[in-house]
Amino acid sequence: MANTEISFVRTEMLQEQAPPALNVGLVGWVRGNLFPDVLSGILTVVALYLIYSLLSGLLPWVFGGVWNAGSLSECREIIAAAHGEGAEAACWAVIHERFWQLMYGFYPDHLYWRPNLALVLLFAAIAPVLFEGAPRKMFWITAASPFIIPWLLWGGTVWVPIMAAMGFVIGYFVYKLVAQVSSNLLGLIAGPLALVIWWLFLSSYASSGLASVIPLELEPVASRKFGGFMLAILLGVTGISMSFPIGIVLALGRQSNLVIIKALCVGFIEFIRGVPLITLLFVAQVMLSYFLPAGTDFDIILRVMIMITLFASAYMAEVIRGGLAALPTGQYEGADSLGLDYWQAQRLIIMPQALKISIPGIVSTFIGLFKDTTLVSIISLSDPIGWVKFIQANAEWNGIVWELYGFVAFVFFLFCFGMSRYSMYLERKLKTGH
Amino acid sequence: MNWHTIGPTERVTHAGGMKMGTNVPGSRCSTQRMYQEEVIMNKSVFFGALTVAGLAAVAASAGTLDDVKARGKLNCGVSTGLVGFAAPDASGRWAGFDVTICRAVAAAVLGDQDAVEFVPTTGKTRFTALASGEVDLLARNTTWTLSRDVDLKFTFIGVNYYDGQGFMAPKALGISSAKELDGATVCIQTGTTTELNLADFFRANNISYEPVPIETNAEAQQQYLAGACDVFTTDASGLAATRAAFESPGDHVLLPEIISKEPLGPLVRHGDNEWGDIVRWTLNALISAEELGITSANLAELSAGTNNPEVNRILGSEGNMGEMLGLDAAWAARAIAVGGNYAEVFETNIGENTPIGLSRGLNALWTDGGLIYSPPFR
Repeated sequence: MANTEISFVRTEMLQEQAPPALNVGLVGWVRGNLFPDVLSGILTVVALYLIYSLLSGLLPWVFGGVWNAGSLSECREIIAAAHGEGAEAACWAVIHERFWQLMYGFYPDHLYWRPNLALVLLFAAIAPVLFEGAPRKMFWITAASPFIIPWLLWGGTVWVPIMAAMGFVIGYFVYKLVAQVSSNLLGLIAGPLALVIWWLFLSSYASSGLASVIPLELEPVASRKFGGFMLAILLGVTGISMSFPIGIVLALGRQSNLVIIKALCVGFIEFIRGVPLITLLFVAQVMLSYFLPAGTDFDIILRVMIMITLFASAYMAEVIRGGLAALPTGQYEGADSLGLDYWQAQRLIIMPQALKISIPGIVSTFIGLFKDTTLVSIISLSDPIGWVKFIQANAEWNGIVWELYGFVAFVFFLFCFGMSRYSMYLERKLKTGH
Repeated sequence: MNWHTIGPTERVTHAGGMKMGTNVPGSRCSTQRMYQEEVIMNKSVFFGALTVAGLAAVAASAGTLDDVKARGKLNCGVSTGLVGFAAPDASGRWAGFDVTICRAVAAAVLGDQDAVEFVPTTGKTRFTALASGEVDLLARNTTWTLSRDVDLKFTFIGVNYYDGQGFMAPKALGISSAKELDGATVCIQTGTTTELNLADFFRANNISYEPVPIETNAEAQQQYLAGACDVFTTDASGLAATRAAFESPGDHVLLPEIISKEPLGPLVRHGDNEWGDIVRWTLNALISAEELGITSANLAELSAGTNNPEVNRILGSEGNMGEMLGLDAAWAARAIAVGGNYAEVFETNIGENTPIGLSRGLNALWTDGGLIYSPPFR
């Protein structure tokens, strides 16, 4: 009765079949992404046409450009000779001729190694901060670079940065001493106070005294010689690195229960955010020279750095406050229940999470800040935009527009794109969700 | 002493700021007078606090010549870039018509035409840079007007370029006079005196126009070439420089009408006449050099002494002109050595053989029908 020959159940697996030819490979991708239905297909064709017409105009202009010429009219002659009368092509010769000025401004050319070395040092200094893989010992470079880099750029005696660094040592010992003798709080007040007193009144005597005993110095370069992308990067990096810690402190201060601290932080943040950056820059450039006593030599770049830092700190504080606000109350309570004090809780539990949340906001503040440095051309510092104007004012290059602004935009894009990519890397690395 | 004097005294006090508490001529120190002064002083402190703060910087550096000598460098305010007038060249060295004035003053005072710290200033920062003492001299194609002279408290030491507002139009338009521009669209920079001059001109000639407001000169070039406007108006020197940058300058004409006066000159702060004299007579030395035929070629030869007493006085082989100014005898010779006389400076930077190609016009010597004139060296 039982007929095992007749089976109702397939006993062997079917062979895998290749997917339909129209759904795989290039064809499948094109069908799926470019022409899934009629409307999308039309839009794709229109978009492709637009991209083609843009690139067909732009690429020959960019790559057909002239790299060697002494003036705009010479450029035009070469282009006319190569591509025929009326042809359009870029005159990159202006970038070729003025490249170093766009990079370093008036900085003396036999000293270009100093900003270059400073840049290398900067990368070495930020590597351990940015990448976990970097050796931990590199933090020593990070700690030393705020003193070495300005010395390299401005020159002068080596004792000024050393004595400035001494301030921190002195401040630390004063803090230790006072904290031992009396309370921790008094130490926290006395330490920074000693630091400020040392910087304001004593360090200049110490450094000039030591300089007369052991003269060890680099050729000084005046601030007015700084320019081009070197100035933009200097202002950007200073603003970014200083505004981050100040922003954290302000954000914490704004959340504080101590009335005066809270009021000060809120007042500062709201005031700075309520004022345009260009106004602050005008204050730095113009107002200060009225109000400071005559003969005060308060370096213009330093003034601008302070203003940019203050401006960025206020924005940074708000971005970080957003991160703090996004943390569930349970995290704060958890920290309390573990018996951590305020600073331990911030360091170990709150900040790592709040900062991670704020990364996109922080990086876009950084990018905005870096681009804002071009505003200094309005107060007649010679940043890249300032140099574009200088170059256009030469009889040889008068009338050239796209090439110069295009080049400046391209370099800015490289920096900002780099920052944006890094922030995405950091977000992926720190992602703990599943 | 009666109360009538209080009115004028108060005004003087508030306007000057630094003069508070000075005695009115003829007054004697009665108690009433002292009381008045006290009141005035208190009021001045309130009203004039800002003025005092502003002037303190200036007052402290009253001896500009001494400051410059002590510093070993002349701080000279120039433009952030104007074709032919001021721009750094490929090696980073500043050159141009206005820059030469700075270099001439540095050569006269310090003996070195490179002992100049060039401070680029924008239209917005130039006056504060000068008023605050950041620069000793502003040589930045600045129009001499009453309000700048009187209200901003600067001394224009002369005119080194007589400019005026003009028009540029495409040759294809076939017009030969600005009066034929009825109904034309005009590219014009906003917020400048040129805007007001334009309105005046068209109203006076009873013709209509349509303004196309433009922010910067570079933008104006693009707009004009793109045909957004029929004519472009700005200072004649600027028009010439703009046209020189075109691919085919011959297709555009500058119309003959000049509709405003723009005397451009170097300026210094009020209150230091000795310094103002040095700058003024440095410019005059360049102008007189052209008039008397002193050029960079024959300068050395003429410095040895000539039959012409005025040449001798300028070049220092006769008289004590330099000593009167607080300088040495060869000051003017060094100033002329920088870029030659006025004509040579003009020809090198903005003259007909440069891409800008300006003719002398109003800036010819008075003997050639122009306005350039120097008082005698005597």
